[in-house]
Amino acid sequence: MKPSAFEYVRATSVDDAISALSQHGDEARLLAGGQSLIAMMNTRLAEPKVLVDIGRLSDLSYIRVDGDALSIGALTTHNTVLQSAEVAAHCPLVSAAYANVAHHTVRNRGTLGGNLCHNDPASEMPLVASLLDAELVLRGSGGERRVAAEDFFVDTFHTAAHADEILTEIRFARQGAGEGWAFEVVSQLKGDYAIVAAGCRFAMVDGVCRGVRLGFVGAGPAIKRVAAAETALEGQPVNGATIAAVAEAAVGAVDPHADMHADVQYKLDLVQALSERVLKQAASRAV
Amino acid sequence: MAKMPVSITVNGQRYEREVDPRLLLSDFIRHEIGLTGTHVGCENGACGVCAVLINGKTGLSCLAFAVQCDGDEIETIESLGTPSDLHPIQEAFWENHGLQCGFCTPAMVLTAHELLSRNASPSRAEIIEAIGGNLCRCTGYQTIVDSIEQAAEQMRAGKEEAA
Repeated sequence: MKPSAFEYVRATSVDDAISALSQHGDEARLLAGGQSLIAMMNTRLAEPKVLVDIGRLSDLSYIRVDGDALSIGALTTHNTVLQSAEVAAHCPLVSAAYANVAHHTVRNRGTLGGNLCHNDPASEMPLVASLLDAELVLRGSGGERRVAAEDFFVDTFHTAAHADEILTEIRFARQGAGEGWAFEVVSQLKGDYAIVAAGCRFAMVDGVCRGVRLGFVGAGPAIKRVAAAETALEGQPVNGATIAAVAEAAVGAVDPHADMHADVQYKLDLVQALSERVLKQAASRAV
Repeated sequence: MAKMPVSITVNGQRYEREVDPRLLLSDFIRHEIGLTGTHVGCENGACGVCAVLINGKTGLSCLAFAVQCDGDEIETIESLGTPSDLHPIQEAFWENHGLQCGFCTPAMVLTAHELLSRNASPSRAEIIEAIGGNLCRCTGYQTIVDSIEQAAEQMRAGKEEAA
């Protein structure tokens, strides 16, 4: 057997899961779809002493419009989100990014909440949550709190969730009508991890961009939104000069690492090329 | 760690066993039940060869613990056809040289089975998308896609005949 031995607890409710987490502290891990955690356990990169299985908490699987937010239950599977007409209507950026998240069979079991809590630096969804000003709803023994995506993703494989907390809901800001947005990925094979991905969104007001959100995956261990690139576009129209300025600001601000797929210069070239691509595409969608 | 009781239905038959929590579904199927049609490759979710149907949807059996699947219905390649009475997908793989060494074949066939159950007329692009997570190290992808295309055709024709 590949993983280390562990004690298995199947939670029957969110409160049940919280009490199991409170009891076992740092030794326990939540098991949702298991598509990242079990892979890490099989290679013993993770060796939790206790697994609290929340996979059957079906009341955490839902998609609904809630005022200005699109609320998605943490245990909604990737395929459910990808195939949802409501998600496509209210947060098309999520659907577009999701088309590149893993392969079909993994998406059948993997969950949005599990993915975000894993905070893999190569994953698209933490960036998407940041671009869409998502709020993450956490419940623990101390009650419920909401954490902004910007504060939730602390560092590689590390989030602001406490050891006794469970992510129950993700609240994406609904994209405005006529908003410009785009998400582009370069990977060796569709569904594999991105070498570099880029996403952006903005409102076009009187010919200039407002509320600019622009960020990358694969451009540095903890890099998501890139403030320097956002600032370069804020209040500006999208044209050849501003696109070049944004791309230059992005290349200057990122910190990609070489890996077996690409060296640093190649990734910087992708940051440049994808900056241009997402801005042009977003501008063509903006009204 | 203490063993735990599980009751898992595989290919319509219920199996009750006491298992270690860390026993993977793939090892449950192969070692506890003795069904070796489910193959095991990378055992960390990258190759796709261990895919089975879990409650009707494909799932990697190396990325699920048997205890997680307590009460679930699993279908493996053994549920699809027999050597003397092949399933149309198996028939199409045979006719189109959709397998070479055969190692990825059970998962390819089950993934095709899931695809065709939700989409009777997939485009070539949709087929490629569906099997994107299944590696064939003989790299016989073209004939695998041909096989699934032909299986879809034959299954549609079969349905029309039945109707």
